[in-house]
Amino acid sequence: MVIVGGGGAGLRAAIEVAQTRPELSVALVSKVYPMRSHTVAAEGGAAGVLRDAQHGGTDSLQAHFDDTVAGGDWLCDQDVVEHFVEHAAAELFQLERWGCPWSRTAAGDPNVRRFGGMSQARTWFAADKTGFHLLHTLFQASLRHQSIRRYDEHFVLDLLTDDDGVCGVIAYDQRNGYPLLLEAPAVILATGGAARVYRQNTNATIVTGEGMAMAYRAGVALRDMEFVQYHPTGLPGSGILISEAGRGEGGVLLNAAGRRYLADYGLGPQTPLGSPKAKHMELGPRDRLSQAFWYEQQAGRTISTPQGEVVHLDLRHLGRARLHERLPLICDLAEQYVGVDPAVAPIPVAPAAHYTMGGIQVDATTATTLPGLFAVGEAASSGLHGANRLGSNSLAELLVFGNVAGRQAATHATERGEGSDLGRLSHRDAATAAASRYTSMMGRGTQNPAEIRRELGALMAAEVGIFRTADGLTRAATKVAELKERYGQVQVIDTCPVYNTDWAGAIELGGMLDVAEAMIHSALHREESRGAHQRLEGDGVLPRDDVRYLKHTLATYVPGASPAIGYQDVVITKSQPAERVYGDAGQAPSQARLTLAEEAAL
Amino acid sequence: MSGCEGCNCGSRPDAAESRPLGTKRVTVFRYRPCSAVEQGSTEPRGGEPWYDAFEVPYDTGTSVADALGWIKDNRDATLAFRVSCRMGICGSCGLMVNGKPHLACETFLRDLPDEVTIAPLANLDVERDLIVDKEPFLAALTEVKPWLMSAANADGFDTALSENNRQTPAQMLDYQQFAQCINCLLCYAACPQVGFNRPFLGPAAITVAMRYSRDSRDHGTAQRLPALDAESGVWPCTFVGACSTVCPKGVDPAAAVQLAKLVAAKARATGLIKRKEKR
Repeated sequence: MVIVGGGGAGLRAAIEVAQTRPELSVALVSKVYPMRSHTVAAEGGAAGVLRDAQHGGTDSLQAHFDDTVAGGDWLCDQDVVEHFVEHAAAELFQLERWGCPWSRTAAGDPNVRRFGGMSQARTWFAADKTGFHLLHTLFQASLRHQSIRRYDEHFVLDLLTDDDGVCGVIAYDQRNGYPLLLEAPAVILATGGAARVYRQNTNATIVTGEGMAMAYRAGVALRDMEFVQYHPTGLPGSGILISEAGRGEGGVLLNAAGRRYLADYGLGPQTPLGSPKAKHMELGPRDRLSQAFWYEQQAGRTISTPQGEVVHLDLRHLGRARLHERLPLICDLAEQYVGVDPAVAPIPVAPAAHYTMGGIQVDATTATTLPGLFAVGEAASSGLHGANRLGSNSLAELLVFGNVAGRQAATHATERGEGSDLGRLSHRDAATAAASRYTSMMGRGTQNPAEIRRELGALMAAEVGIFRTADGLTRAATKVAELKERYGQVQVIDTCPVYNTDWAGAIELGGMLDVAEAMIHSALHREESRGAHQRLEGDGVLPRDDVRYLKHTLATYVPGASPAIGYQDVVITKSQPAERVYGDAGQAPSQARLTLAEEAAL
Repeated sequence: MSGCEGCNCGSRPDAAESRPLGTKRVTVFRYRPCSAVEQGSTEPRGGEPWYDAFEVPYDTGTSVADALGWIKDNRDATLAFRVSCRMGICGSCGLMVNGKPHLACETFLRDLPDEVTIAPLANLDVERDLIVDKEPFLAALTEVKPWLMSAANADGFDTALSENNRQTPAQMLDYQQFAQCINCLLCYAACPQVGFNRPFLGPAAITVAMRYSRDSRDHGTAQRLPALDAESGVWPCTFVGACSTVCPKGVDPAAAVQLAKLVAAKARATGLIKRKEKR
């Protein structure tokens, strides 16, 4: 079988197959060396219930479920959330067994920290380099397995499909300079997200979404693509991530007047400095925090810098010792990129595009609608995150569903592999033709790809940002169609067959345009506000509309035209949609009801 | 809205002014393998390296990685280099800046002289332009078995809090620093022995081996010894210490290598005694 992508999800899937089905050969294909994958940049942690009642704590699977479903504004598939919360901690303990250097309590137990939108401290962490440690632990653990064959720095051009489903991938060996066909009865796409379509984003340059685009072109729907998470605390200009762990440890956000403005956005009352409280103030969910920034900016209460408007993340009260113990990476990044020592000055921050909640449509078993094709991690729309992901759920997702994907794909490969006719001449012909369609781009074209990429990033930031309007999205749809038209003549100057990053970048750009188009049209058709998708109309924001839009959006590829938009029901098992409330309003619903009753009595 | 000057945001004064500060002359090493130059092509000098110079605009936030990106987008799309995370954690973008190994994404033009020369990491084979061959490192890394080996009797693991998954902060300190290695290979470019003695495992691979061998949960030191104690294992190191000087993450590979020598020497001594007893 083939796994595309060597980040957390791809590696977890590969190890699962190697451990449980060592007779199956696994091709792990990645456009970078696996330890460069963007999982490496995750900072804050991975969520999993650690201290429930049986272990001297107050957390529960039910609480993790409730936080996730409410955080996702009820667009989560609840069967998926149930599976996730039940298996998350076991996966984190498995990582412990593989050597992950989790931060510990004095007694030596794994430690947990608070995170936005989580009612309990349940986010496991390895200082503020959790993704780095998780990725290296997985990569190094994978090296012991002979059945995992790596194809590092191999760029996957496309999926190979026939009447029975997916039958392999067409890859390009960047080091040696030739295309190759990897045939397999099962393929897992673990290619990560697509936030590079936005100008200011927290993502690595490799996060360009071509895995999503490949599945999309092969007829699999992209689901919930309008839900793009803006992380509230990126560095201005670069978008480099300043982890939510900064707020989990007690950091506060200040506007130009030095006010903790989140109190004005249903997240208050203000918690005392140094005493962060779950689901209050700075520990509200990311969508609400990024929206609050936008309102502050509209009201002229943000701070102007040459890199744009910012607010301040103030960590000074934590003190240098704790900052260096818990947040060493943040300290380095602030010093290097904006010249700030967080122990003596606040860090300027602004929202930056961060995470695609949507992705390749999969069911609860990570299977897509194309037989043999599976998808996992940020590339997939698993149904876990709904309209807004809670921080630290995604690292745990990579593990829980990487495990599932590995098992499912292995089973499929075995069932379909027997008596299958891999090596068919028609496969080779199709692969050769597909490869030359791509390689023939070298040395051709007239349209500068860097300009298309710049215009796309600016377009997405301007029209498909934290708040969207019908007019803006319509303009975006027209503009992206124009960019796609120009892309048809994209210029690739470099003709060198090895490490041709000009060419690879142009192919990535093609995927970005497809993905961006799906985002724009999905957003245009959703005439409500939910989670990370906020629609402005007139002077206000459209309300959430459960009658029309308690549904997943499906964007289906139509060659040469805009995507077809359809919908799919959300799976609801035990949590009926309700109002999303944070701060004190979210904490004491019985009191709130009493107040209403009192009001009625008056 | 106030500007940064009066806003107390703590940015260094010049960081507040992101106007271009001017340009710097960035000279870049170029190379294309002979095999990659097509017959009859007018491409320049296949098989022989050359240098190209570019005037690159910069401000206080422009990293060397940004500069290379600017060149690729605006001057020469054929320039090949590795870059990914932009924040000093993925380890992709190691290269030589004015003769010294650096991560391109956390080295800033503002801190460099007006003439900047960028070349591929020293001591490693060049594949193309600034891209070096990292396969020998991957092979070395695999050879030292960089994974946690449990005690022979430890089947399975506890999926809830228990004594079996404890590790005290003091036990973590034994290996934590070595676990910070991002595999960027700046230490290979700095190490005289990597250039001189090609099969040498090198500082990073040995550091990762020691990261596991010093972990209280690990029982794999004996299995890592054959690689460490081999002729090309820890012994080529002459303790110059350049690896630790250039490490961008504050890891001390030189210390890891010395610890590994100690482990290997101890094992040898013990082995010797045992052999004598047998006689």
